[in-house]
Amino acid sequence: MRRMTVMAFVLALVGAACGKAASPGPAPTTAGADACAKQNLQLVNDGKLTIGTSNPAYPPYFVGGHTAGSPWKSNDPHTGKGFESAVAYAVANQLGFSKSEVAWVPSPFNQSYAPGPKNWDFNIQQISYSPQRAQAVDFSDSYYDQSEALVAVKGTPITKARTISDLKPYKLAAPIGTTSYDVITNVIKPTQEPRSYQSLADAVAALNARQVDGIIVDFPTALYIADPYVQQVKNSVVVGQFPPQANSEYFGMTFVKGNPLRDCVNKALAAMRADGTLQAITKEWLSKKTNVGEVPVFSTS
Amino acid sequence: MATPPDAPAPPDEFGGSRRSHLFRDLFRQEGTKGVAVAVVSTIVVFGVIVYVVTHSPNWPAVKHLFFNGKEFVSTFPEIASKFVRNIEYFLICEVVILAFALFLAVLRSLPGPVFFPLRLMAVVYTDVFRGIPTILVIYLLGFGVPALALKGVPSSATFWALVALILSYSAYVAEVYRAGIESIHPSQAAAARSLGLTRWKAMRFVVIPQAVRRVVPPLLNDFVALQKDTALVAFVVAVPEAFLQAQIFQQGDFNFTPLLCAALLFLMITIPLTRLVDYLLARQRRRRQAGSAL
Repeated sequence: MRRMTVMAFVLALVGAACGKAASPGPAPTTAGADACAKQNLQLVNDGKLTIGTSNPAYPPYFVGGHTAGSPWKSNDPHTGKGFESAVAYAVANQLGFSKSEVAWVPSPFNQSYAPGPKNWDFNIQQISYSPQRAQAVDFSDSYYDQSEALVAVKGTPITKARTISDLKPYKLAAPIGTTSYDVITNVIKPTQEPRSYQSLADAVAALNARQVDGIIVDFPTALYIADPYVQQVKNSVVVGQFPPQANSEYFGMTFVKGNPLRDCVNKALAAMRADGTLQAITKEWLSKKTNVGEVPVFSTS
Repeated sequence: MATPPDAPAPPDEFGGSRRSHLFRDLFRQEGTKGVAVAVVSTIVVFGVIVYVVTHSPNWPAVKHLFFNGKEFVSTFPEIASKFVRNIEYFLICEVVILAFALFLAVLRSLPGPVFFPLRLMAVVYTDVFRGIPTILVIYLLGFGVPALALKGVPSSATFWALVALILSYSAYVAEVYRAGIESIHPSQAAAARSLGLTRWKAMRFVVIPQAVRRVVPPLLNDFVALQKDTALVAFVVAVPEAFLQAQIFQQGDFNFTPLLCAALLFLMITIPLTRLVDYLLARQRRRRQAGSAL
């Protein structure tokens, strides 16, 4: 009896899914027809691309500010402002959705990979890919390769550095066992022995106590340390960011396991990479318009 | 006063038999048969331990993580080269601690109501610095003082981290000295005073020399601990010494063997140091006994 009920339920689901796929939608704008055509996508809300992210949503990933009457606390993702909001709308555009056909729902990080039905098609909230995590959810390809950045104190000589070799003569530090430390030893190769602190907090304290000229941390952390409203280190600036390393961590959008939408989003991301859209968005929101002002990328020469 | 080789070790002044000479006592007290029993017993005990450990289900994984020969060979030279810093920190601290702690102990032993505030200060000092974790003092001074940006005050984290170690260990060592001073019978000071020595001179020439001699073993204890705690300096200095270098390898390679390298380096200092002090004490005892036989 119970098995019958389950069967009926599954059949009903399949029926519903088929019905959804068969329902006529607006004309597709993307050239590629088949599975990734807008009308063929299986979405949680008909005709709408529903995206989950955390609420409050933080800069530089979401910077739209609060919209009156909206449930979004500090930054409303519907504005398209901020790195992840811009990436999401660009992907939606590639898939053939207009701006008004994109809806955002609050989704705490833990809920993004918890089992069970979801009220979003994909989730975007600075989730780093890892093989362990990929066992619980499906990840899209990278939309952002994590870079490392240099934080120093305003007015000190190191803030004038523009190339990686400019950084060689300085006392540099990073938390122990991090990719940031590897950047010092493998990429910068400074002439002074690099400092290796037990934790991020210790590295920040060392910069505060002027024990080092600069600390290398991952870029989002750098933006936080030097944020004008945070200023974990007084008068700190993000001097620059390093080009992503070959084995960098990356952010991916997450999907319920087996969701075919993932492949369509990957196609969209590939197209955005090919025509430079993704690079332009990255430059706009993660280099020019960050909360700490412009953060150039150190040149390798 | 030659002792026959198989005679029991002479009882010390408290009437107990000394067990400080592991091997010599065994030969002297137990004889050939005893030695044979000891050898068999040792082989059995260690054999069982080694067997149980190496035949545990996950031994290969543990061996790979902690006793990895390849990792050992590739990381040991670099770690050893950083060990010079530990020795440097240790020597600087030890000299200052020996003097400063003795000063504290003498302060605390000053008699009479006039010196009450000094005694109070010494008591508060030892209570506070023995009570708080050394690592906190190191953080507080190493990061805190340079962050004050005071003119004319050293801004080097190394300097302040060493000061922190000195402050912390002086509290322990002062207590050791004080125990030594208090263990000298009051009749010694009284006799010195009756010979016309001032209080200070009685302390300086009669009490302290005997007290220090008595507390050499516990002092050594504290210095072995100090030697290990030089690794804490790197928490605020962050320039790798042996332990931090080992940690860097450990986190980079996901292997604990480098920590074993660091441990061996520390042992290479502390074990000979312990044996040296054992020897010095034994020599001292022999001389004292030779003197009393006259």
